[in-house]
Amino acid sequence: MKKFLIPLVLFAVLVGFLAVGLNRDPREVPSPLVGKPAPAFSLPQLAAPEKSFSPEQMKGQVWVFNVWASWCVSCRQEHPLLVEFARAGVAPLIGLDYKDKREDGLRWLKQFGNPYDLSAFDADGRVGIDYGVYGVPETYVIDKQGVIRHKHIGPVTVEALEKTIIPLINELKRS
Amino acid sequence: MKRTLILLAALLSCSLLQAKEAAPLAEDEAVEKRLVVISEELRCLVCQNESLAGSRADLAQDLRREVRKLIKDGKTDQEVRDFLVSRYGDFVLYRPPVKPTTWLLWVGPFVLMAAGIAVLIVYLRRRSREVKDTLLSDEERRRAEALLKESE
Repeated sequence: MKKFLIPLVLFAVLVGFLAVGLNRDPREVPSPLVGKPAPAFSLPQLAAPEKSFSPEQMKGQVWVFNVWASWCVSCRQEHPLLVEFARAGVAPLIGLDYKDKREDGLRWLKQFGNPYDLSAFDADGRVGIDYGVYGVPETYVIDKQGVIRHKHIGPVTVEALEKTIIPLINELKRS
Repeated sequence: MKRTLILLAALLSCSLLQAKEAAPLAEDEAVEKRLVVISEELRCLVCQNESLAGSRADLAQDLRREVRKLIKDGKTDQEVRDFLVSRYGDFVLYRPPVKPTTWLLWVGPFVLMAAGIAVLIVYLRRRSREVKDTLLSDEERRRAEALLKESE
């Protein structure tokens, strides 16, 4: 038998493992919340502190929940895409202004445009913890029964929107 | 003499009074101790190579606050861990749980070691057999001895 092939094969296997492992994004931690009901909460709205928002109100609709903050740099990167997404009217877009100051959040929306139907205001980040937020921005797709179907970590990209998020929303709407 | 003694006593009592115990940094020491024990085994998700106990990231501070609250509510260590795992996944645990998806992770190194030992044993046995096979014949031994003498 050709013995010299053994190290070569072992090396190829090692290269294969490294190629897969090193090309993965270590920041993308699979969320245990996918497939589970969205955690309930009730928070004041950003623009109208006297009104509250809770995910209950969205029952029966497929909706997108986007965690953002005025201090978050990569939120600016995804923002134009969200504006476009909202304009297309695919699904309601609810924001969660995470660990922000109210006036900063409002100013940010004024400056860059407001794609959100409304934003809930999570001043101390408590709701963020329930949703397993660890790096803003994060985006959730929630179905008619209030179950989280998808979580996107980091700024949404055109690719993620077109290949994953929008097809998923359309599919969930039909069911 | 008496005056000096009184003065000395007065001075001593002063310093005694001033030696106050340092106030504990946290309000509740027992809670803090448990917090450190639990959070050293948990990963901070923002700076992934730091533990939740050591990280200064904003989220780590929030999570420590949350864990502190759970401890004060009388939750067990396991319940605190479950709280975090249900939100952030097994990834927050530095010590992954033993379950079907992690069997390879836990058992893999031992399997590799066993395989290595097996290969080594097979190799050594084969070699000792080969060494036995190549022992010199009487004729060869005489020749070798002759050659050795010649070189002397």
